[in-house]
Amino acid sequence: MRVSVDPDRCCSSGQCVAAVPEVFDQSEDDGVVLLVLPLPPAELRSAVRTAAAICPGRAISVQES
Amino acid sequence: MTTVEPIDAITFPAPRGGCPFAPPPAYQEALERPVSRISLWDGSHAWLVTRHEDVRAVMGDRRFSADARNAGFPFLSEGRRELAAESPSFIRMDDPEHARYRRMLTGDFIIKRVETLRPEVQRIVDDFLDRMTSHHPPADLVAEFALPVPSLVICMLLGVPYQDHDFFQERSRILLRNHSTAEQVRRARDELSAYLEELAERKAQDPDDRIISRLLARGDLTRSEVAAMSLLLLVAGHETTANMTALSTLALLRDPVQLARLRKDPTLIKGAVEELLRFLSIVQGGTVRVAVETAEIGGTTIAAGEGVICMLSTANRDGSVFASPDELDVGRDARRHVAFGFGVHQCLGQPLARLELQIALETLIRRLPGLRLAVPAEQIRYRTDAAVYGVEELPVAW
Ligand code: HEM
Ligand code: SF4
Repeated sequence: MRVSVDPDRCCSSGQCVAAVPEVFDQSEDDGVVLLVLPLPPAELRSAVRTAAAICPGRAISVQES
Repeated sequence: MTTVEPIDAITFPAPRGGCPFAPPPAYQEALERPVSRISLWDGSHAWLVTRHEDVRAVMGDRRFSADARNAGFPFLSEGRRELAAESPSFIRMDDPEHARYRRMLTGDFIIKRVETLRPEVQRIVDDFLDRMTSHHPPADLVAEFALPVPSLVICMLLGVPYQDHDFFQERSRILLRNHSTAEQVRRARDELSAYLEELAERKAQDPDDRIISRLLARGDLTRSEVAAMSLLLLVAGHETTANMTALSTLALLRDPVQLARLRKDPTLIKGAVEELLRFLSIVQGGTVRVAVETAEIGGTTIAAGEGVICMLSTANRDGSVFASPDELDVGRDARRHVAFGFGVHQCLGQPLARLELQIALETLIRRLPGLRLAVPAEQIRYRTDAAVYGVEELPVAW
C-alpha cells in the first residue's frame, strides 16, 4: 500500500492523525497534514483506509498494491 | 432526472416524534428519496439532502457555497438571516477567504495542542463536579456542570474573563434560538461584538498569550475582524459541547445497558463519544449551503441560486453506512459520522469538543456510580427551538 496526501485539499481536521498517528501528523503552525509513513506496514493498513474514508477534504489517496 | 414527490411535504423545522433522540420522522422518511423539497419560515424553499453520501457530496463540493451573501442562501430563521447580515465570520465564507482566517486558528486546535490541555480540563471537570456534589441532590446538571465546563475552557483559550459568563451565555442563546426576532438577534450580536471589541482594545494595551492577543499581535487583522472570529469561537465553543454533555448523559441514563458497558470498560469512552455524536446529532437544523453553479445531487439537478439543507442527523442514521442506525451502541465504530459536518468547514473545534466530552462523561460515570434522573423522564424539556439540540435542565441525583 502506498499513501499520498494533497495538502491543498487538507482542511486540518486531524481525523487522519486520530485514526493512525503512526502514518499521519499535522503541521504545528496551520494543522496541514504531514505524511510520516507513505508505505504503512500491514497492521496499519485497515486504519489507513478508515482515515482515507473519513478525511473531510478527501485529501488522502491510497494505492493498494 | 428524478421527480420529487410529494412536493413541499416538509416544513422546517419538522416536529420530533416519539423518541427524543431521533431526528424528526419527516426527515427520516426523506431518506427514502435522494432529495426532497423543504419550505422555510419566510415561504422560500430549499432542497433537503438527507443521505450520508449526498450530504458528504454537497459539503465537499465548492459549487455549494457557505457564503450567505450569495443570492438564494437559505436561512433557517429570521434571526439567522440577521446574524449573517453583518460582519460575517469565516463559517459563512468560502475559500480562499475562509481558509485565510481558519488557518490562523488551526494551530491552536490540532490534536497535539489540544491534548496538552487534558490535565487542565480534567481539573476543571473535577472542580465543577466537586461543587455540584457539595450540596444535597438534586442538581441541574446543565447549569452546574455541562455548561460551565466548556464555557470556562473556551474563555481560558481565548482570554475572555469567565466572570462575564452570564452575559455571553444569555446572548449566545438568543443567537441560536429559532424564534428570536431579527431585532433581538441584532441587539444580542451587537452587544457581544461591542464587548469583544472592547476586550480586544484592552488586550492590545495589555496582551496575554491567549488566542485573542495572538490574533491581534499578527498585525494584519482589524479589531472587528478579531471580534468576529472570537464571537464565533466563543458561541460555537460552549453551546455545542454543553448541550452534547447533558444530552449524552440523559441518553446513557435512559439506556442502562450501554451505561453499564461504559462503566465496566472505561476504555470504550473514545468510541462512545463518537457514537453519541452520531446518535444525537445535536446540530439539528443541519448545515446550509447555496448552489453557485448548477450541480447534480442524487440524480437531481440543483440550479445555481437554489438553497440546500444537509440534514446531518439523518445522514448519521443512514442504514447503508451504520447498521441498526437507530440503536445506541457504544462499542461500534461510528467515526464516519458527519456530526461535525464535512468538507472545508468541518468543525474547527472538534479535537477540543472530543477531549471535553471524553473527560466530562468518563469522570461523571466514574465518580457518580449512583447517578440518576431526579424527575420522571417525561418531565424533561427539550430544546427543539434552537440551532443546537439539548435539554433545558437535567435534574439529577446521585
Ligand atoms: C459537540 C460539539 C460540537 C459540534 C457537534 C459542532 C458541530 C459543528 C458543525 C456541524 C460545524 C460545520 C458548520 C457548517 O459546515 O456550516 C462546525 C463548525 C465550526 N465549529 Fe463546531 N461543533 C462542536 C464544538 C465546537 C467547539 C468546542 C468549538 C470551539 C472551539 C467549535 C468551533 C467551530 C468553528 C470555529 C466552526 C467553523 C469552521 C469553519 O467554518 O471552517 N465547535 N461545528
Ligand atoms: S483527515 Fe484529511 S483534512 Fe483532516 S488533517 Fe488529515 S488529510 Fe487533512
